[in-house]
Amino acid sequence: MPTLFEKVWNAHAVRTLPSGQTQLFVGLHLVHEVTSPQAFDMIRQHGWGVPFPQRTFATVDHIVPTSSQKRPFIDLTAEQMTSALEKNCREFGIQLFAPGDDAAGHQGIVHVIGPEMGLTQPGMTIACGDSHTSTHGALGAIAFGIGTSQVRDVLASQCLALDPLKVRRIDVNGTLKPGVYAKDVILTIIRRLGVNGGVGYAYEYGGTTIDRMTIDERMTICNMSIEGGARVGYVNPDETTFKFLKGRTYAPKGEAWDRAVAWWKSLASDADAKYDDRVVIDAATIEPTVTWGINPGESVGITEPIVTKDDEALTFMGFANGQKVEGTKIDVAFIGSCTNGRLSDLEEAARFVKGRRVASHVKALVVPGSQEVRRQAEAKGLDKIFSAAGFEWRGAGCSMCLAMNPDRLEGSQVCASSSNRNFKGRQGSPTGRTLLMSPVMVAAAAIAGVVTDARQMLEEVHA
Amino acid sequence: MAPITAVSGRGLPLRGDELDTDRIMPARFLRAVTFEGLERHVFEDDRKANPQHPFNNPAYQGVPILVVNKNFGCGSSREHAPQGLIRWGVKAIIGESYSEIFFGNSSVLGMPCFTADKASIDALQTLIEAAPDTVIHARVDTGVITAGTLRIQGHLPAGARDAFVTDKWNPTSMLLADFEQVKGTAAALPYVSGF
Repeated sequence: MPTLFEKVWNAHAVRTLPSGQTQLFVGLHLVHEVTSPQAFDMIRQHGWGVPFPQRTFATVDHIVPTSSQKRPFIDLTAEQMTSALEKNCREFGIQLFAPGDDAAGHQGIVHVIGPEMGLTQPGMTIACGDSHTSTHGALGAIAFGIGTSQVRDVLASQCLALDPLKVRRIDVNGTLKPGVYAKDVILTIIRRLGVNGGVGYAYEYGGTTIDRMTIDERMTICNMSIEGGARVGYVNPDETTFKFLKGRTYAPKGEAWDRAVAWWKSLASDADAKYDDRVVIDAATIEPTVTWGINPGESVGITEPIVTKDDEALTFMGFANGQKVEGTKIDVAFIGSCTNGRLSDLEEAARFVKGRRVASHVKALVVPGSQEVRRQAEAKGLDKIFSAAGFEWRGAGCSMCLAMNPDRLEGSQVCASSSNRNFKGRQGSPTGRTLLMSPVMVAAAAIAGVVTDARQMLEEVHA
Repeated sequence: MAPITAVSGRGLPLRGDELDTDRIMPARFLRAVTFEGLERHVFEDDRKANPQHPFNNPAYQGVPILVVNKNFGCGSSREHAPQGLIRWGVKAIIGESYSEIFFGNSSVLGMPCFTADKASIDALQTLIEAAPDTVIHARVDTGVITAGTLRIQGHLPAGARDAFVTDKWNPTSMLLADFEQVKGTAAALPYVSGF
């Protein structure tokens, strides 16, 4: 009767530490340029090694320019941080998926390339110095966002000192209405359970709606678990998971594949599993959802008025109680990020964009989540559709989700964004304003020039 | 490292729920390969937007205790946030609640994050707003927090509390203490042995 969380936790528990915490083995460690250089320095200072270098993989995503990845970068800080990671990976024997303008690279956002390469597998414990590591739970892994001192711990020992989490089962049942996406589901979950409702919990997502979702959609859901306070989110592995993984570069092959599938199946939460809490959500009640405030729980359905006591958020965003977000003029449209920067996100947005034009006052960006996503999108001609509509077609990276590279808001610009955080200043300007929504809703806002209910324009697409 | 049994000193009242780590340390200050100098950028955008921000108030410069509200440190896992606060001079935080990653990052850096109920936090904030010279004593072992005549009950999870008082808050040496056991656990995992 254990849950997947308990089975995976127990399989990776090395021992109970004198502090009372569990020493947990980490099966896959993902590293990027921003939260790791200090960790590597500490390893050197203490004379520690990296005993499991083959269990760590690195890439450059946060700071990488998306206009051109030609080295050396014009941004000298980006070049310095990238060089530091290259040096650290060489010194400790860690595989790096490096940036570059060559055609065959595998650089990308850590949470996009892990699953894409088949590095992320069911039953693994995964850690990365990034809070959106919860994404990997979409494949039935238990994945923790960690800080730099913990990156150091994983490098030095391949372990973390952690306390176990409680498990909240979230069932989403029924059929989503047309024009409602995984992004709307997770924004609705966060709105209902609160931005700190998940503290102390792992979120196990299930129910008929989640069962029918693709891995890409499940990744969107698990990705934003942390925005609801839950450090870990996961979906039990099933046939969809196995089909997604089969044939990927690091996935098991031949007879090992069959043994792997058998093990993965055994890890799913038992039918009679005991949960610390349960929540049920009716998919039919979910509308296309947009945030209006300064945390991801401050959202409304597109047809709904804002009702809040958070005057700070209203003042910052320039909204009033009773107002709808629909009709809000936007300056920038951003499609990308570890939440919604995968091929299916770009395909869905491109289908909507085809034959239309971005409003003349809107700067619109499409940033693929990885070089592989970019290649696949170009093979399908999506780059041409976006470019013809007036979107800028960029290289892979985190880009305007957190604006550590030149992609950023100016002044108090309003951005319709497919990313995950609408915090004050998140997109690079202290007074910039972010409206989170699905990639299709971003595309609709880019074309209309104002936030709009994409469903009204979807009918034209299907006609 | 050394045991951390108590933190004493003046306090800075920082009101507001959901103060995320992008607010504490905006991402542009993460463009560096060290944590050096982060103390200069703590709450930089909030301080510029609001001259009355407590971090701008001369009365609170360099005080060792922050008093905050709900879900402090939510969002990004960036350790740059607690690193910046610690380098600014903060040695402990007292608040209604924290995000899990921020709490863990702070703990391994030796900065206890006490919780207390909303009414107690409000009383403590009100007190140090009116009398910034008030010295707060926060005991890690019992959780008892006193300030002037105010006495409130703070809490730390048992694991974090014991780690602070027994000098085990930085776990690396413990994680390395029994490496044979780590190898044994790894070897038993099907994916490590190639299925």
